Amino acid sequence: MNLKRLGLILTAAVVALPAVPVTAMAAGEMFIPLLVYRTGPYAPNGIPAANGMVDYLKLLNARDGGINGVKMVWEECETKYNTKLGVECYEKLKKKGPTGAAIVNPFSTGITYQLIPKAFVDKVPIHSMGYGRTAAGDGRVFKWAFTAPTSYWSQATAFIKYVGEQEGGLDKLKGKKITLIYHNSAYGKEPIRTLQILSEKHGYKLDLLAVDHPGQEQKSTWLQIRRLKPDYIFMWGWGVMNQVAIKEAAAIKFPMDKFIGVWWSGSESDVRPAGEAAKGYKAGNFHGVGSGYDIHQQILKTIYKGDVEAAKKNNWGEVLYNRGLTNMVYDTEAIRTAMGKFGNKPMTGEQVRWGMENLNLTQDKLTKLGFKDFMQAHRITCEDHEGGGPVIFQQWDGKQWKLISKWYTPMYDIVRDLVEKEAAKYAKENKITPRDCSKEG
Amino acid sequence: MEFIESVTITPFVMIAQDFPVFFGEVVFNGVLTGVLYSLVALGFVLIFKASGVFNFAQGAMVLFAALTLVGLMELGLPVWLAFILTMGAMVALAYAVELLVLRHLVNQPDIILFMSTIGLTFFLEGFGETLWGSNVKKLDIGIPDTPVEITGMLFNSFDLIAALACALLVTGLAFFFQYTPTGRALRAVADDHQAALAVGIPLKKIWIIVWSVAGIVALVAGIVWGAKSGVQFSLSLIALKALPVLILGGFTSVPGAIVGGLIIGVGEKIAEVYWGPAVGGAIENWFAYVLALAFLFVRPQGLFGERIIERV
Repeated sequence: MNLKRLGLILTAAVVALPAVPVTAMAAGEMFIPLLVYRTGPYAPNGIPAANGMVDYLKLLNARDGGINGVKMVWEECETKYNTKLGVECYEKLKKKGPTGAAIVNPFSTGITYQLIPKAFVDKVPIHSMGYGRTAAGDGRVFKWAFTAPTSYWSQATAFIKYVGEQEGGLDKLKGKKITLIYHNSAYGKEPIRTLQILSEKHGYKLDLLAVDHPGQEQKSTWLQIRRLKPDYIFMWGWGVMNQVAIKEAAAIKFPMDKFIGVWWSGSESDVRPAGEAAKGYKAGNFHGVGSGYDIHQQILKTIYKGDVEAAKKNNWGEVLYNRGLTNMVYDTEAIRTAMGKFGNKPMTGEQVRWGMENLNLTQDKLTKLGFKDFMQAHRITCEDHEGGGPVIFQQWDGKQWKLISKWYTPMYDIVRDLVEKEAAKYAKENKITPRDCSKEG
Repeated sequence: MEFIESVTITPFVMIAQDFPVFFGEVVFNGVLTGVLYSLVALGFVLIFKASGVFNFAQGAMVLFAALTLVGLMELGLPVWLAFILTMGAMVALAYAVELLVLRHLVNQPDIILFMSTIGLTFFLEGFGETLWGSNVKKLDIGIPDTPVEITGMLFNSFDLIAALACALLVTGLAFFFQYTPTGRALRAVADDHQAALAVGIPLKKIWIIVWSVAGIVALVAGIVWGAKSGVQFSLSLIALKALPVLILGGFTSVPGAIVGGLIIGVGEKIAEVYWGPAVGGAIENWFAYVLALAFLFVRPQGLFGERIIERV
């Protein structure tokens, strides 16, 4: 064999190495496509989330024999957090399995924006949990999209509530300076309008600083922070942007306990590169942190046979792993709810959509599933695909994230008003007649 | 009217107000960043000078070098040993590139060589991630990372030390390639492969030397940027930061990479801080290209690039 051929074979072998994980499918099984990003610039965020989703599906099969006796099957498709690849993955997987894709989690705001119009046609529910198009919370217009349990706009109001409380009341925000550092993309721009409306209401000065993808170089942004001297910084970042921002904040001696990230800026990989300098940095969240919950013990025992090191290698207990678990609880409980109406068999996208719209995650149910104290009870309805779920704050202590606050209910009157206005605008532009939810079954 | 004022008057008023301390901070931070850009650009220049190839894989080499270094450190090796072994890995990579890729493409059109470096990019990114994983890895090489105040201007000790180290490396390389026999041989190879071979210049050896040096430059760039953000896939994207530097400085000039890096570094910081607010911010990425293109109006071959006149 000559060297040229050897080189070609080696290259082919390396390219083929990251094979796509897929479970075997049979009739009578419930299929969920998993749009993941285990490679590319956002892989450090994508891997833990994907591992959390897969572990929960494995647990359901191992512990309960699936959902009501119907085994769960899934297939991963690599999006690299790239919108074009994400759409391709959706097209590739939407018709797989005995009943097609039950529900799709795009795990990217950009991909979500592209899939929402397709979902109308394909009748596949899209669940963008805590990301995506916030206006999709209006189920009358966005019949096939869900943002539950909470959205960027809700989180922005919870941030203001939280810092207001830190200052001694919302009235004390008058004259304060808040700067939003955001990823210069559809995702990063989501909270701007809400923060502007609240700025008019509560009298704080809002400054906006955009950071271009990927955010490896941010000196200019932090020079402007030096000049603006804000009282608080909110960050809507993703990937390397978070790690660099936290290091830069420390470099200009900005008090870290006044630097608060969105729930996509609060994972272990965001703070670890900064080491001690990240101590005190805060972030929003809508579920528990760490591995001290019943669900983690069940996964450890059932999937990893008690091997903590093996579990940790798969990000067990990390923030984004826990988000993957949370995402799957919503999806699978929607399937279970749908089965309550349509029978214990694989559900179609249309049936799972009904399940989502009638999902009632009570504390009792969550406890039975192993999620006691991990997340709050939540209900989704035909009108409200978000539900205004509460937000909690976490802080990095140098070694791990810790929950440090009570649960904050968003200013849902303000958010809902904005959601309905935005949804009405979307309906008009896209010639959609909003549904009358009183007539839905 | 308001917009015109915000781009024609307000920035200059702000500069006057900020002068000298804050404006100085903006300029010096731009210089520090510019030196790092120069380092990345230098990797491109070295290979372009030797082979006339735009090495698309330079960013991937930065990622691969940093991943290898931090991977070896995670295995428990001391920094110095991991550094030496990684340099060895980059030299081995240079040998492999010459043996498996370049040797077979002598005298092929430049576009073929360019395409081969795109293939190399995908290989290095995939191989690096397969070998060392995709998680963000903390890189601590012991350089202090604390705020330092100098005459009212705030800097970061790591940035100062990194910029100094990069400046020394860049200057050393500039002298090496300008005044040594290897440097002269390199320039001859860049002009014409066949002519260089005809006068006895060992083409393969020159290529290995140049790719090795570009690999070591990539390693230093990977250390500096990796220590700032953690070692992760996005390191391969910093190559994008070098492109306007190359357009401005010329693809064949080592001094051009240095001066171009500084102009881009300072220019984009001033633009972002003083003109950015008028247009919603995040202008530094594209402004760097605007600045480079503006220079091209005056000097199409770049600031220090060679002026090539071809008879057609």
